[in-house]
Amino acid sequence: MVVADLLSSFSPSPELHVLAVDDSFVDRKVIERLLRISACKVTTVESGTRALQYLGLDGDTGSSGLKDLKVNLIVTDYSMPGLTGYELLKKIKESSVFREIPVVIMSSENIQPRIEQCMTEGAEDFLLKPVKLADVKRLKELIMRSGEAEERKTTNPSPTRILQNDFDSSSSSTSSSSFHDGSSLDEDTQSSKRMKLEFTVQD
Amino acid sequence: MQRQVALIKQSLFDQGYLDEQFMALEELQDDANPNFVEEVSALYFKDSARLINNIDQALERGSFDFNRLDSYMHQFKGSSTSIGANKVKAECTMFRDYCRAGNAEGCLRTFQQLKKEHSTLRKKLEHYFQLARQAGPKETARRPK
Repeated sequence: MVVADLLSSFSPSPELHVLAVDDSFVDRKVIERLLRISACKVTTVESGTRALQYLGLDGDTGSSGLKDLKVNLIVTDYSMPGLTGYELLKKIKESSVFREIPVVIMSSENIQPRIEQCMTEGAEDFLLKPVKLADVKRLKELIMRSGEAEERKTTNPSPTRILQNDFDSSSSSTSSSSFHDGSSLDEDTQSSKRMKLEFTVQD
Repeated sequence: MQRQVALIKQSLFDQGYLDEQFMALEELQDDANPNFVEEVSALYFKDSARLINNIDQALERGSFDFNRLDSYMHQFKGSSTSIGANKVKAECTMFRDYCRAGNAEGCLRTFQQLKKEHSTLRKKLEHYFQLARQAGPKETARRPK
């Protein structure tokens, strides 16, 4: 399969560094374990505010030396006191530095409008708690693949031209979340763009 | 001894104290992390004791702040779900239903039941983990290497 050849021609990606945000002790412990088993580096914080501090987005300019701790994925609970997961998502997408980091929302409640709201704001995926190992593995593969797709764009110009041509014509049915109807995701959010990119590569 | 551990675990599932989430957590254990579930469980009971205390105090005050109670219970239900505490979770759901209906008496009644279930589960899990430790690593579900 062409994709496998393309993927294997790149050096193995370094470990993903995931920032997990959840106000629940129990859930933080569980998500940390799930991520570590999936060979990710994990940093857990207990609130959206702490997450912003960690990223250096809280207005405190003293923490700008965070380049070494590059975060590849943010996984956050939706319902948290103070900044909700949704509000955290918005702040990240508003940041020119961090908006490219995929953000995944977790929630114990399967509320359709909430899911759509998050996906529209640019969430990569929406996971229903309790989060399973399969969810995390799928997520990791998604992030790794789109990371490689980004790499391909910068290192290999000709496939990029083909990809960009197919950009508009590819179908937008997404494969990621099983908790929302893909047909409502036609808008050009960042996450659906990434999805389109993947689908053209697989063609 | 290992058979005893297996039987205890089976009965906890059969009687509905635990659900498949507990099994999912056991599958995350390995030689490097052989006590993961016990650690999560300890965290859960510590955390839920705090919540029970908060709720007790809120209820004792007499004035029913249903929003606050519901918020506590949302947390309680969340962590109960994460550990697979099936019966406790069910009581949390019922409590929240009463909160939304503004039914103070229903809340009080359900909370008593919830505390009972919580206490029962704690004792049963303590017993289970104690035996499991004595029996050695074979009985708990393991993640294939």
